[in-house]
Amino acid sequence: MSLVWIVVLPFAGSLCAAFVPSHARNAAAWLAGAVAAACVILTLQHYAQIAEGDVAREVLRWAPGLGLDFTFRMDGFAWLFAMLVTVMGALVVLYARYYMSPQDPVPRFFSFFLAFMGAMLGVVLSGNLIQLVVFWELTSLTSFMLIAYWYHRADARRGARMALTVTAAGGLCLLAGVLILGRIVGSYDLDIVLASGDMVRAHSWYLAALILIALGALTKSAQFPFHFWLPHAMAAPTPVSVYLHSATMVKAGVFLLVRLWPVLAGTDAWFWIIGTAGLLSLVLGAYAAIFQRDMKGVLAYSTISHLGLITLLLGLNSSLALIAAIFHIMNHATFKASLFMAAGMVDHESGTRDLSRLSGLYRAMPITATLAVVGAASMAGVPLFNGFLSKEMFFAETVFVSGHLITRIGLPIMAVIWGTFSVAYSLRFILQVFFGPPAGDLPKKPHEPPIWMLLPSALLVTVCLVVGVIPARTIGPYLDVASRSVLGPDMPFHSLAVWHGLNLPLIMSLMAMAGGVLLYRALGKYQQGTAVVPLINYFDGQRIFEFLLEKLDSAAKGLNQWLSTSRLQVQLLLLICAAFASALIPLMHGGLPPGNITVAEAHPAFALMWLVGAACAIGAAAQAKYHRLAALSLSGAAGLATCMTFVWFSAPDLALTQLIVEVVTLVLLLLGLRWLPPRYKLIDDKLVPLQVRLRARTRRLRDLGLAVVAAAGLATLSYAVLTRQAGEGISPFFIENSLPLAGGANVVNVILVDFRGFDTMGEITVVGIVALTVFALLRRFRPAPESMGLPVQQQEQDAQAGGLPPDPHALLPEGPMMLPGVIVQLLLPVAGMVAVFFLLRGHNEPGGGFVAGLIVATAVILQYMVGGTAWAESRTRIYPQYWIALGLLCAAGAGLSAWLVPRPFLSALVWQPTLPLIGELHLSTVLLFDLGVFLLVIGATVLILVALAHQSRRGHRKPVTAHVETSATEPLAEPAAAHHATARAPQPAQFAQSVQTAARAALDANKED
Amino acid sequence: MEIVYALAIGVLTGSGVWLLLRPRTFQVIMGLSLLSYAVNLFIFGMGRLAVGGAPIIDAIKQADPSLYDDPVPQALVLTAIVIGFATTALFLVVLLASRGLTGNDHVDGDRDSDEAES
Repeated sequence: MSLVWIVVLPFAGSLCAAFVPSHARNAAAWLAGAVAAACVILTLQHYAQIAEGDVAREVLRWAPGLGLDFTFRMDGFAWLFAMLVTVMGALVVLYARYYMSPQDPVPRFFSFFLAFMGAMLGVVLSGNLIQLVVFWELTSLTSFMLIAYWYHRADARRGARMALTVTAAGGLCLLAGVLILGRIVGSYDLDIVLASGDMVRAHSWYLAALILIALGALTKSAQFPFHFWLPHAMAAPTPVSVYLHSATMVKAGVFLLVRLWPVLAGTDAWFWIIGTAGLLSLVLGAYAAIFQRDMKGVLAYSTISHLGLITLLLGLNSSLALIAAIFHIMNHATFKASLFMAAGMVDHESGTRDLSRLSGLYRAMPITATLAVVGAASMAGVPLFNGFLSKEMFFAETVFVSGHLITRIGLPIMAVIWGTFSVAYSLRFILQVFFGPPAGDLPKKPHEPPIWMLLPSALLVTVCLVVGVIPARTIGPYLDVASRSVLGPDMPFHSLAVWHGLNLPLIMSLMAMAGGVLLYRALGKYQQGTAVVPLINYFDGQRIFEFLLEKLDSAAKGLNQWLSTSRLQVQLLLLICAAFASALIPLMHGGLPPGNITVAEAHPAFALMWLVGAACAIGAAAQAKYHRLAALSLSGAAGLATCMTFVWFSAPDLALTQLIVEVVTLVLLLLGLRWLPPRYKLIDDKLVPLQVRLRARTRRLRDLGLAVVAAAGLATLSYAVLTRQAGEGISPFFIENSLPLAGGANVVNVILVDFRGFDTMGEITVVGIVALTVFALLRRFRPAPESMGLPVQQQEQDAQAGGLPPDPHALLPEGPMMLPGVIVQLLLPVAGMVAVFFLLRGHNEPGGGFVAGLIVATAVILQYMVGGTAWAESRTRIYPQYWIALGLLCAAGAGLSAWLVPRPFLSALVWQPTLPLIGELHLSTVLLFDLGVFLLVIGATVLILVALAHQSRRGHRKPVTAHVETSATEPLAEPAAAHHATARAPQPAQFAQSVQTAARAALDANKED
Repeated sequence: MEIVYALAIGVLTGSGVWLLLRPRTFQVIMGLSLLSYAVNLFIFGMGRLAVGGAPIIDAIKQADPSLYDDPVPQALVLTAIVIGFATTALFLVVLLASRGLTGNDHVDGDRDSDEAES
């Protein structure tokens, strides 16, 4: 299991570090260091097995049905890379402990750092392509967190966003490519994929897979033309740059290319795509690095260039080049990490990284300077350092490349040019910072950093030197194991030696070094005060990136505007048309033959009832604009007809529920009416301009047509269904099993609380949430200013009472409500009893929790209606929220009780005790569940109605216009928010206009309701 | 019977759809209410119409499915009625909040189209 632990440990450590207090930076650093060290040890343990050419594998079941497992796999190359990630991780932890300021929340840094390390190790050790992509995207996310660590800085946020956009988009391409690859091979298992190289390269989808995977790798490795994110990511704290941009994140791209090299390489397409990207990054990166002013900027472009070198080597389709690439991955990581550390130390101790300000630091920081000189020499490819060795291998490969004349001659020339540039920027990096006269105007007085900060860099530099002098004895065997795991048995002969005799690559190296020194001399003056890169400055990746993002944004906005609308009427129109079409289209195909059962003669009473019901429905439709109360009553009558229909056609439960819901809904809407604006019918239609009138009339005609069509359609459909035999459904099961399985005779109730109890559980949860939402919305409710005053009726009532507020502690409400007050008080216990009766008998007779709850709620609301809020609440305080919670707990408890005897959630438990005198009792958890429904329905209904009723009683409801001012001066934090606010909040001018309009309407109009 | 039932559904649907397309929030809430009657009746009708067959098992008829009305649509409609009440309440509160914020009762809170009555 140790492979799994290598990946799991850092994530676990990350989680722990997240909970460390933000000032405990030592604890977090110790934790991170211990995790990294543990990972190093775990990785080292595998070497014995790996060195023999074995592949360590561990498989955890993930989604076997989809053919997916968590597979961890370690071969020589993965081992070498895992060592790189973990050892470098341990060094960076040490460095970061001394680099990070105590003011920074350091545990957060280590938390993200460990998560990134885990993701990176996941990429390296994945034995499954999908899993690899998942970890790949995790590295993008965690690196986003790390780059944006100082999120108060705009450049950090922008850099992190850009890195995430580019690398995560590349990751999506990679996912697509991997899916194609898995489709070609028939498996996502890495071992199987690696063994099917010939099949993949011969497949017609090879090119698509190659391009998509290359997009993933090239974006991650910051290769041309996706290189622009890397310099911007330098806004991260330097330890992040050390880790991400020398050893890990950007190396993930080339890791993938090496990993899939046996499968994808060896074709012309591979050579041109990978090779071209590598070559362009190689030369352009080195060229741009010469002109940077920021120390980290030089290193960033140099990283692009060196990754280009690795990519180009991989693109050459040669086994020796592959070995050189793996070698350079290691070498680059060591010298670049030490240089990033040096840049960080200079920044940390002198306060700036600006090359044009720094000078002569050799005197103040001799050790740092020595370390940086060695690192830079390795970067420039000076003999006796490790960078020289891989550079020589690269030069040799360019010389021996076969193929077209242009590549045969062009590549060596480009290689020498690159070498020249590398020497030039390395020279500048060192000479500018550490040599020359001491700088006078540095923000801090420079001095040597603490020894523990120097140590990681010193170790890396030692590696550069030792590997550079005796490569075959140090890195040799490991490189051999790693290369063999990629190339398999046909490993070419290669020798790691400093001296191969005076050959063409050595001459190229010498030319490059001489050229570099000359170039540095020639550019000396020009470079001083400029950060502009000549010739290619106009090609600015960032500008293009931002331009593209902006275009994408506006295109999306345009598309959204074109395809959608925020206007409700249009949306509803489309919805109705779509519903109609979805019913019509199948009918057009199949036709609508007449029904096959004989229908009963219409009962005159039923027909008469619906004649009235239909008239009421149409009346409600006609009156809803000007006569809201009338419309409400008419709609209630239609509801009553519906209710009677349920009674008629043997649905007593529905009828009961409908009847009470009808009452509750009516009360609800009545409470709402008070806040709606008055609406008057104009006497003279001619006051409205003709055009407006015509448009309104056309719209009404269209809607009328649509309504008639919808009505005819649904009526026809209903009739067609009703005159046909019902198909075989699931209903017989419920009827047959209701008594034997659930012990209840009322099948509808048994379905609700037993067979489909889980649905009901969800439903009551929704009702509870809606009630709480209503309550929450009403807490911040601001009525329109003109409806804040007391309504006429209330004013009259108050005047009758002599302007005094009603006494809440009176025995009965004063005035005409006294008699009803007596009745409703008597009603409350009766209603409670009826409700309990309905609840208890619900399992066998019509009734149940829903109906019972609504009955109690109605009785409670009657108290409010008759006595007024203050009077009702001086008697009993109802806390509907508790009822909701209690109801949910009851229902959930009834469900959970099934786990006591191991049965599935919501299975009913029955207990039949025999009591003396009373006899046998039938107790079931179903009753507890129904009780939960009952309590919740009471709570939700009462909460909604009382919250709405309370609005009229709120103390601050005074008809003042302060409300408008507050909404107009809402804090405008961001432009987007400002836009939002202007769109939503009424403006003072607009509001004044509306008051005028209302006043004019009141004068001109004839009040009809 | 069936023809009356179907016509009732039709009329309720027509009134509901007409109101749904109106520009005033109160009209829309009434429209939803009428439309939900229609839809509830429609779903209930899927179990076919039967008189005197309430799905409450009695000792005489025993558990013979052909003698009872279909209980499944009834259970569906029962939950629909309760959820319908909850959503009506939510809609009402949202429309009141919109009315308070925008100063009018147009469904889009839109003063311009407030002028052009329809």
